[in-house]
Amino acid sequence: MEKIEARDVNFYYGDFHALKGITMDIPQNKVVAFIGPSGCGKSTFLRLFNRMNDLIPGARLDGKILIDGQDIYAPGTQVDELRKNVGMVFQRPNPFPKSIFENVAYGLKVNGIRDKKFIARRVEESLRGAALWNEVKDKLDASAYALSGGQQQRLCIARAMAVSPSVLLMDEPASALDPISTAKIEELICELRSQVTIVIVTHNMQQASRVSDMTAFFYMGEMVEYDDTRVIFTNPSKEATQNYITGRFG
Amino acid sequence: MAAPVFPKGYNIKKRRSQALAFGMFRILSISIVLILFAILGFIIYKGAGVLDWDFLTEAPSDGMTAGGIMPAIVGTLLLMAGSAAVAFPVGIMSGIYMNEYASKTGWTVRFIRLMTNNLSGVPSIVFGLFGMALFVKYLGFGDSILAGSLTLGLLSLPLVIRTTEEALKDIPDGIREGSLALGATRLQTIWKVVLPMGMPRIITGLILSLGRVSGETAPILFTCAAYFFPQLPTSVFDQCMALPYHLYVISTSGTDIEAQQPIAYGTALVLIIIVLIINILAGMLRKWFERRLKIK
Repeated sequence: MEKIEARDVNFYYGDFHALKGITMDIPQNKVVAFIGPSGCGKSTFLRLFNRMNDLIPGARLDGKILIDGQDIYAPGTQVDELRKNVGMVFQRPNPFPKSIFENVAYGLKVNGIRDKKFIARRVEESLRGAALWNEVKDKLDASAYALSGGQQQRLCIARAMAVSPSVLLMDEPASALDPISTAKIEELICELRSQVTIVIVTHNMQQASRVSDMTAFFYMGEMVEYDDTRVIFTNPSKEATQNYITGRFG
Repeated sequence: MAAPVFPKGYNIKKRRSQALAFGMFRILSISIVLILFAILGFIIYKGAGVLDWDFLTEAPSDGMTAGGIMPAIVGTLLLMAGSAAVAFPVGIMSGIYMNEYASKTGWTVRFIRLMTNNLSGVPSIVFGLFGMALFVKYLGFGDSILAGSLTLGLLSLPLVIRTTEEALKDIPDGIREGSLALGATRLQTIWKVVLPMGMPRIITGLILSLGRVSGETAPILFTCAAYFFPQLPTSVFDQCMALPYHLYVISTSGTDIEAQQPIAYGTALVLIIIVLIINILAGMLRKWFERRLKIK
């Protein structure tokens, strides 16, 4: 079953044509990796799925993006509803300057949940889900800024999962982390795939091959190739893909 | 043998300039501090003699050659509170609008910014004239605390807007995106994340504006300040005395310079102490916000 469908998506920053006619289907409960050199449009594409690019002045979208069959750019779409359903983890860990507990509770509170017991339970579940509970259970009131970078990123994952999204977008979630933290994030991705559809942008091709079911290769605003990760990394059909994954890219 | 790349003594000159430059910076910094201490010491020396409980709690008497300055202290505190009530909400909301809502490159923001910058350069006596024309005459508030507060509020508005805007500008966009990505609205994001983060710096701006307001004479000259009003004001439509104006009055149009000079220095000292206390309170408030934010 298709979770996300992109139909002939063109995206412009002012005059710059950033995404060129992309059509792709992302199946439910799969992990899909976007790879490609810097500036190829993969992050821009990712940020269309929760309408994060709405904030950029002069940006324009042609084409359609459907999530669960709904056009998310249709007039009357509730953007906050959409973003609650489509969570996001950013490149740099961006915890709020609040306590660990409050960071995870934030998404519940801004979406109108007041029941303290429910919030406490949900915070624990989310922190357990992000494999962070054992490290922070005795200091939930401590500042999120006191955590290490890797812990902060797992906190951000817990925070995103607390509002039970059905899609999780990850924009190079491990690029600012050390190898051990990176391994933990990757493990987490493998565990979360049963609950959510994950789309991950990464510069790290080993990472893409380790965590994803399918991989899309982007180049100069076009989607060059999209296939099972195994196929992309062993037997790509396009020469550009072959060159990129073997590091022979000019 | 090849000639050495660096001739002998090549680094003497740059070290000498280094020592000279830092020496100058140090001397200038120290002399600024010394001048400040000299002013402060002079006022304490001249004013501390009259400073006692009666001076703080009594009204002036005997043609302002004796008694205390209580009405002026109360008046200045009222004007500070009044101008804060005007400038803080309006200024903070404008600052939020300019940084968070309005398009950064749009003409609205550029126009507002140009205007606030110009406004902050307008001499305070001009604000006084404007306040008199608008609040005292046109709106019919008369010479009153209300008119004075509004005028002082307008005067401090540019500073409040500016510092709010600058404080919010420094908050990384990633934090805003993190909040929006969880389904928060922009208002929730501003209220729950952006504003608390900016608060320590916004408070600094507010305090600076309060300090400025407390010492302004010109804006209240035609809008509020009373030459002599020994009883306490009972409504916002009353006039009031104020420390800077009182200082001005007894220093320039006194009847008995000998008797009044100590009072003038005492008044100046009280004004300085009020500003100092407010600065300390502001520092504590800022610390409290930072702790609550758990930044550290």
